Amino acid sequence: MELHYAPAPENAATGRLATRYQMFVDGKFIDGQGEDIVSINPATGEQLATVSAASSTDIDTAVEAARRAYSNVWSKMPGSERGKYLFRIARGIAERARELAVLETLDNGKPIRETRDFDVPTAAQHFFYYAGWADKLHHAGFGPRPAALGVAAQVIPWNFPLLMAAWKIAPALAAGNTVVIKPAETTPLSILVLAEIIADAGLPAGVVNILPGAGDVGSALVNHPGVDKVAFTGSTAVGKKIQRSLAGTSKKLTLELGGKGANIVFADAAQDQAIEGIVNGIFFNQGQVCCAGSRLLIQESIADEFLERLKARTSSLRVGDPLDKNTDVGAINSAAQLAKINELCAAGTSEGAAQWTSPASLPERGFFAAPTIFTEATSSMRISREEIFGPVLSTITFRTPEEAIAKANNTPYGLSAGVWTEKGSRAMGVAAGLKAGVVWDNTFNKFDPAAAFGGYGESGFGREGGPSGLAAYLETDDEGVLQ
Amino acid sequence: VTRITVPKTYKLYIGGAFPRSESGRTYQVADSKGNFVANAALASRKDGRDAVTSARKGHASWANATPYNRGQVIYRIAEMLEGRREDFSAALIRTTGISKAGAEEEIDAAIDRLVHYAGWTDKLAAVFGGANPVSGPYFSYSAPEPTGVVAAIAPADTPLLGLVAAIAPIICSGNSVVLVADKDTPNIAILFAETLATSDLPNGVVNILTGRAAEIMPYLASHADVNALDLSAASPELRTSMTEAASGTVKRVYSPRGEPNLRAAPGTARIRAFMEIKTIWHPVGAVSLAARGSY
Repeated sequence: MELHYAPAPENAATGRLATRYQMFVDGKFIDGQGEDIVSINPATGEQLATVSAASSTDIDTAVEAARRAYSNVWSKMPGSERGKYLFRIARGIAERARELAVLETLDNGKPIRETRDFDVPTAAQHFFYYAGWADKLHHAGFGPRPAALGVAAQVIPWNFPLLMAAWKIAPALAAGNTVVIKPAETTPLSILVLAEIIADAGLPAGVVNILPGAGDVGSALVNHPGVDKVAFTGSTAVGKKIQRSLAGTSKKLTLELGGKGANIVFADAAQDQAIEGIVNGIFFNQGQVCCAGSRLLIQESIADEFLERLKARTSSLRVGDPLDKNTDVGAINSAAQLAKINELCAAGTSEGAAQWTSPASLPERGFFAAPTIFTEATSSMRISREEIFGPVLSTITFRTPEEAIAKANNTPYGLSAGVWTEKGSRAMGVAAGLKAGVVWDNTFNKFDPAAAFGGYGESGFGREGGPSGLAAYLETDDEGVLQ
Repeated sequence: VTRITVPKTYKLYIGGAFPRSESGRTYQVADSKGNFVANAALASRKDGRDAVTSARKGHASWANATPYNRGQVIYRIAEMLEGRREDFSAALIRTTGISKAGAEEEIDAAIDRLVHYAGWTDKLAAVFGGANPVSGPYFSYSAPEPTGVVAAIAPADTPLLGLVAAIAPIICSGNSVVLVADKDTPNIAILFAETLATSDLPNGVVNILTGRAAEIMPYLASHADVNALDLSAASPELRTSMTEAASGTVKRVYSPRGEPNLRAAPGTARIRAFMEIKTIWHPVGAVSLAARGSY
């Protein structure tokens, strides 16, 4: 008997898509002087909306507005009052959650199940969490009188557009800074709805300024002499450029960069649970996650059986319309990203790894990639070293825990890792040996505003979430200085 | 007949040993009046490489030592320094021209600073980490870990206190360090290395190179096996160029505004600069068994 799912699409009209979106500067929605961005629906390849983009003059205007708001209003406001604005924003996101989820899915291509159940509620929770810190900064562990830095320049990626906006804006505001933020070129829509929520919350003009644009706008923003703090989430290559260009300035920098997370499965692991965790680890958000578990390390004795089961489970993932509530794997965010994924898969094959691709049928249009698992990979292959940022898993085997740790740590990155074993001491011991900022024991891809997230090594520095996330936006130097 | 004294040959301190520079180069150390004191090793890039190799090994054993043990070892350095106070007093007076009282004051401060950091080792995780109250059936906690290998420049003023103020906060959390000594007082740095060598500190935890920071640091700043830089004692120009070099491997850089006042009570910025926060998640079984989460 063959069973089929009936289509269960979410109503696209819920997203209240506009034909055109404007920048948000100094409390007003205005047209920028840059050339308009066209935002594409990755599930169809069709135009969604045009978005006004920033020029260098607009960056000056936004930074000046943020400085004025910082000097005249925000830095003078008691933390308890700042916090109440953040609580309002959290409520506003929750109230417009369904609209935001649909819009995010249209603009990004990720399944509605993810935007509805993860991206949007977690974004609201992030504001709610940091709202509560605004009047408790002196309890955060950075001295009795922690001070804001001033104007924060923030650049965020396209993989979690609204959530990354929340991760950046909420702690910055709670700590008393004002913000100029640039969303990714391919996903500017949800943050501009967030701008409406911010405006409706009555946040003083200039406290948050949103400048859509491409990489040149981001580069000009982080290098603007009027900003005191730079926070960037994106590729390691761009992060390195920013660190270099900020050398010699007094701007405080935090970087959340790429990853090549190892998911380590020991022979004694609960296999069904491990398979669910590995599938979540690499196929969540089409694998376009910096902390994705993109390297599977399996203990040799169970490798053959385990891989067969993993492939069978992966075959059942439904790839297709992101608005369909049954869809497991949605669209890749852009044609360029899809081309990069395909290029790296081709490199995996040509370097001698064995490629297995899910037989799932792909939609005829839009940017889709089928879940892919490479076996017989080695640590030196590009698919094992480079961040693919797609639904592609490379598999390596190991024999001993020491070998597993060595192979997991054999990367310049160090963002995430997973450990699957029923033996508690081994789970804790391996977690301690991994050079990764987040380790999931017998689970994967769990996030919470109360838990610090961030990387070792070339995955960046600084943390987001928890009290550590506040440190990124506070003056935490407490060393005496010679006059 | 006056007895001829036996002067010391000053060498480098790498991996617990005192090798000459592989380059064979030396330079002359003068006292405050310009008179010859000793020849010091002029470290090369290859010495820098050897020091990083040693530091990586030292970090592995030091990070695995218990916090109690690390605290005891750093306290032991303070004990050894107290025992060699006359050596340091004489060396400081001769090399820097400082008064006897001034030298004693600096030695007191250096010993007290070591004791301060000895007491930090087993409190870092409690102060900078903790349980995360996550909204789900998971036990989640965040705790600090050492960043790894740190390359540092020693402050020029107060040479003994400067060494301690730079090294102790780096190593207290389990990092190892490759320190480029102040060029004018390498004899103080190597005298301190002798103190370290008799303090139960595992080999390679502290490595000291004497010579020119401007020659050695660029190599360390771009070395892929160095995780962080302490540039607090570097000139503004060196801070800029070293941060640029560090960006190639996304190193952590400690470069606070202004010139640190090492005599002031230390805060925690230096400790925090060289720690990573690691978050670990684990399902909470009882709730999982109640079917609210399967993994």
